[in-house]
Amino acid sequence: MDDTIIEQIVAPISKSSSPIVETVALSLKFGRQVVLKDISIQIPKGETVAIIGESGCGKTMLLKTLVGLVTPSAGKVIFDGQDIHTLNDREMTRLRKRFGFVFQNAALFDSMTINQNVGFPLRQHGVPRGRQAERMILDGLAEVGLPSDVALKKPSQLSGGMRKRVGLARALILQPDLLLYDEPTTGLDPIMSDVINELMLRTQKRYPVTSIIVTHDMHSARRVADRIIMLYPYSRLKPGESQILFDGPPDLLDTTQDRRVKQFVRGEAGERLMEMLTSRGHGDLETPNLHDSIAKKVTLEE
Amino acid sequence: MAADPFPHADSIPGRLINNLSRVVSAWGGVVVQGLTTLGDISLFTFQMFVWMFTTKPKRETLMPNFYAVGVLSLPVVALTGTFIGMVLAIQSYHQFKSIGMETRLGAVINMSLVRELGPVLAATMLAGRVGSAMAAVLGTMRVTEQIDALVSMGANPIHYLVVPRFLACMLLIPALTVMADFMGIVGGYFYSVIVLGIDHAQYLQKSRDFVGGFDLFSGVFKSVFFGATIAIVSCYRGFNCQPGADGVGRAATAAFVQSFVMILALDIVLNLFLDGVYFAIWPSGAKLF
Repeated sequence: MDDTIIEQIVAPISKSSSPIVETVALSLKFGRQVVLKDISIQIPKGETVAIIGESGCGKTMLLKTLVGLVTPSAGKVIFDGQDIHTLNDREMTRLRKRFGFVFQNAALFDSMTINQNVGFPLRQHGVPRGRQAERMILDGLAEVGLPSDVALKKPSQLSGGMRKRVGLARALILQPDLLLYDEPTTGLDPIMSDVINELMLRTQKRYPVTSIIVTHDMHSARRVADRIIMLYPYSRLKPGESQILFDGPPDLLDTTQDRRVKQFVRGEAGERLMEMLTSRGHGDLETPNLHDSIAKKVTLEE
Repeated sequence: MAADPFPHADSIPGRLINNLSRVVSAWGGVVVQGLTTLGDISLFTFQMFVWMFTTKPKRETLMPNFYAVGVLSLPVVALTGTFIGMVLAIQSYHQFKSIGMETRLGAVINMSLVRELGPVLAATMLAGRVGSAMAAVLGTMRVTEQIDALVSMGANPIHYLVVPRFLACMLLIPALTVMADFMGIVGGYFYSVIVLGIDHAQYLQKSRDFVGGFDLFSGVFKSVFFGATIAIVSCYRGFNCQPGADGVGRAATAAFVQSFVMILALDIVLNLFLDGVYFAIWPSGAKLF
């Protein structure tokens, strides 16, 4: 199949027909830089979607736009029938009880202890208080495999994997309808990455949550997702192409004909290094003078 | 590569126009950037006031900030206040002694302290000790997505992070100013009376004659504006921090430098206003000699 043909496969696995979250012609620009252009996605209730794509393709921005952390330049984000960017502060605060966001580096509050971090959504939304809240915090920590003695520690005293799990416990404490994970396994060792995958799967089994996972980790995406969406950087698309290069179940990734999808899935650089060097005026990689010219430049700068 | 925005001919007038256009464009950019920042800070301040008057801040966010601003800043403000009082005595003594007016030293030292140096010193110490720290903390929170995390959990970062810092700075800087004034007065008295041997009763009497309640009030009054400025500038800089360690460092430096410049600029405006009020109440003013 020709590279220019955009592979759009309707997701066959949908746990419920009505979408809990939907984007309509969503676009995001920073100054003149286009990050997202005309993204339309529907995510049914209970589905687990992995958004993959190379760094800088806008997948984290898409995730943040879905929960109102970033305002789109055009288009709509509809959550449970409501356009979230038309809601006022109070309505948005109420709606945020239904979202759980696991940040890339956990984003725990440094000034608070672990139990204060995990209990933050409870305090913020006023449910519940006192002993019941304490119980929920300890249960939440236990759910992600953390002992109760971490509760009084500060985030700086924990390892990266433990911080990620605390971030997950904090996102889960109000049992949200929509869970968003921003690169949940990045920076972790293979065992800890699989622990996080396992925790994501267990959460899906525990209650009917809809999950959106932004990741580079193909092993993780294949293991936990019902559906995979691949985004491509807008600046490198051919005219008229959609930014979504692939949208379908993980099994179909292996049969895809799009060269860019195949390269990403297999982790092959292909011609990317040459493209990068060419775009910086170093298109002469194959010429032996390149190393000399770089060496000369370094010497001059020194 | 970007095209030359001014592709004029190579003639001398052409080059002149080119260079002139570049200068005008560069200055235009600076003006636009300045106006954008001013508009941004105004909007930030407006949002802060809206949150402050519509939603009560939480005790858990207020207390740590009150402690950092009020309690932890006290020793350094007291120490620098003492030194400034002593320095004033050293600097002025010989001039006053040469005209036989050394007993008036107390009046000059104490007036300078309560009207000017006390509030400015307390504000400078607060900007350096607390303002930069606020910018660094909020900047790190921005860079490490902690501010996004707050928003995602339904907390407004201006209400949660800025309002308590603003209240702490604005409400507690008067206490720091009074402490700087007091310790400066003690330092000045110590050096003048104990070290230089100026008559104790005369020193105090002249101070009492010359320095009045309005002078103390004007210093404390100004300090409230200084405290508010420090909090707004520092929090704004933290909120708009650029990524990375360099971004946080720049935010902390900018918070101090801009707060300090604003304090001195505000000082001029507030002094003109307070002098107007003073001379409206006491047209003849106080006499040093």
